[in-house]
Amino acid sequence: MKVSLNQKILSRNEECAQKNKAFFVEHGVLCLNFISSPGSGKTTTIARTIRDLKDKLKIGVIEGDIKTDTDAQKIRAAGADAIQIETRGACHLSAEQVYNAIKALDAETKDVVIIENVGNLVCPSAFDLGENSRVVMLSVPEGDDKPVKYPGTFAGAEVVLINKIDLMEHIEFNLERVLADIRVVNPNAKIFQVSAATGEGLDQWYEWLLKRAGRSDD
Amino acid sequence: MHETVVAESILKTILENARQTGAKPVSAIISCGQFNVLNDEVMSFAFETAAAGTFCEGMTLTVKHIPMRATCKQCKTTFEFDIYHPVCKQCESGEFDFEPDAPLLLEEIEFEENE
Ligand SMILES: Nc1nc2c(ncn2[C@@H]2O[C@H](COP(=O)(O)OP(=O)(O)O)[C@@H](O)[C@H]2O)c(=O)[nH]1
Ligand SMILES: [Mg+2]
Ligand SMILES: [Zn+2]
Repeated sequence: MKVSLNQKILSRNEECAQKNKAFFVEHGVLCLNFISSPGSGKTTTIARTIRDLKDKLKIGVIEGDIKTDTDAQKIRAAGADAIQIETRGACHLSAEQVYNAIKALDAETKDVVIIENVGNLVCPSAFDLGENSRVVMLSVPEGDDKPVKYPGTFAGAEVVLINKIDLMEHIEFNLERVLADIRVVNPNAKIFQVSAATGEGLDQWYEWLLKRAGRSDD
Repeated sequence: MHETVVAESILKTILENARQTGAKPVSAIISCGQFNVLNDEVMSFAFETAAAGTFCEGMTLTVKHIPMRATCKQCKTTFEFDIYHPVCKQCESGEFDFEPDAPLLLEEIEFEENE
C-alpha cells in the first residue's frame, strides 16, 4: 500500500523561522545570517564591523560553532553582546536555537543582529533562521571554484563578501570568473571585495549595512 | 551533515503514519532540489542509523533529485539549467530567470500489505 504525502521535510524549522522573522519585523531589527566555510574570516569581519561602526549601530551577535565559545569572546572584546550556541556536531544552526538566543541577547534592543552560522558552505543554506538577509563570504585562499560547486548557497545571498583580497597577489584566484559565476545564479547580489585584515573595501560594506539597517545619513 | 536532521525528521513522520495505518513501512521516497541538495550515500547511512531499533529498521529510502529549471528572457523557453553551461537550450541566451527550486519533500511511503 502506497501513501502519497508530499510533505515538506524541514517544516518545523520553517515554522520557527517564521516566528523569528515576525520578531525582527515587529522590533525593526535587521537580522543577517553570515554563511561561509570555516576560516573565511566571518568572526574577523564581524568584530571589525562592530568596532568601526560602534557610534552608528548597536550590533548583537549570535555565534554558532560546533564547539567552544572563542568566537563569542572575540565579539565581546570588540564591544558587542554575544550569545554562543554550541551545536555539538551539527553543521548548521536551526531556527529554534536562534529563537532561544534572541531572548538571551535582548535582541529587541539592537539595531542589527548578526548570526555567525557554523563554518560550512552547504548545510546552513538549507535552514531558514528567519533572517532578513543572507551574507555569504568567500575568501581568496579557498579558490575560485566555490560558486560553481555550491550554487545554492550563492543563489540565496543578498550580499557576497569576497574576503582576504590582500592575499590576491600571492594566490592564483580568477576574480572575473568568480564574479561571473555568482552573477549566473544571482544577478542581483551585491558583491563587495574586502580585506578584514587591512580594512580595504570595507567602506562599501558599511555603507550597505547602514542603509539596510535604515541608519544611513542620507 | 544536515542529512542527519532530514533523516530524523522523516523517521518521525513515517512512524506517525505507521501508527495510524498499523502496517510496517517498507520503503519511502524523498525528493530535493539542486540548491538544497542531499548526498545519496550520506542520506542512506543517516536514515539507516536513525531507523535502527525502530519499526522502520530495514526500510529502503530513495532520493529523487529534481533538476533546476530556468526560463529564457529572450525566447521564453523553460529549460533544465546546467551550471557548467549556463545558457538557454533553445537560443543560447545567457539571460534567464530561475524557476523556484524544488523543496525537500517526503513524497511517498510504501507499507507492507496486510492480508
Ligand atoms: N590575510 C587575511 N587574513 C584574514 C582576513 N580575514 C581574516 N583573516 C584570518 O583568517 C583566519 C580565520 O578568520 P576567522 O575570522 O576566525 O574566520 P571564520 O572561521 O570565518 O570566523 C584568522 O587567522 C584571521 O586572522 C583577511 O582579510 N586577510
Ligand atoms: Mg568564526
Ligand atoms: Zn532562449
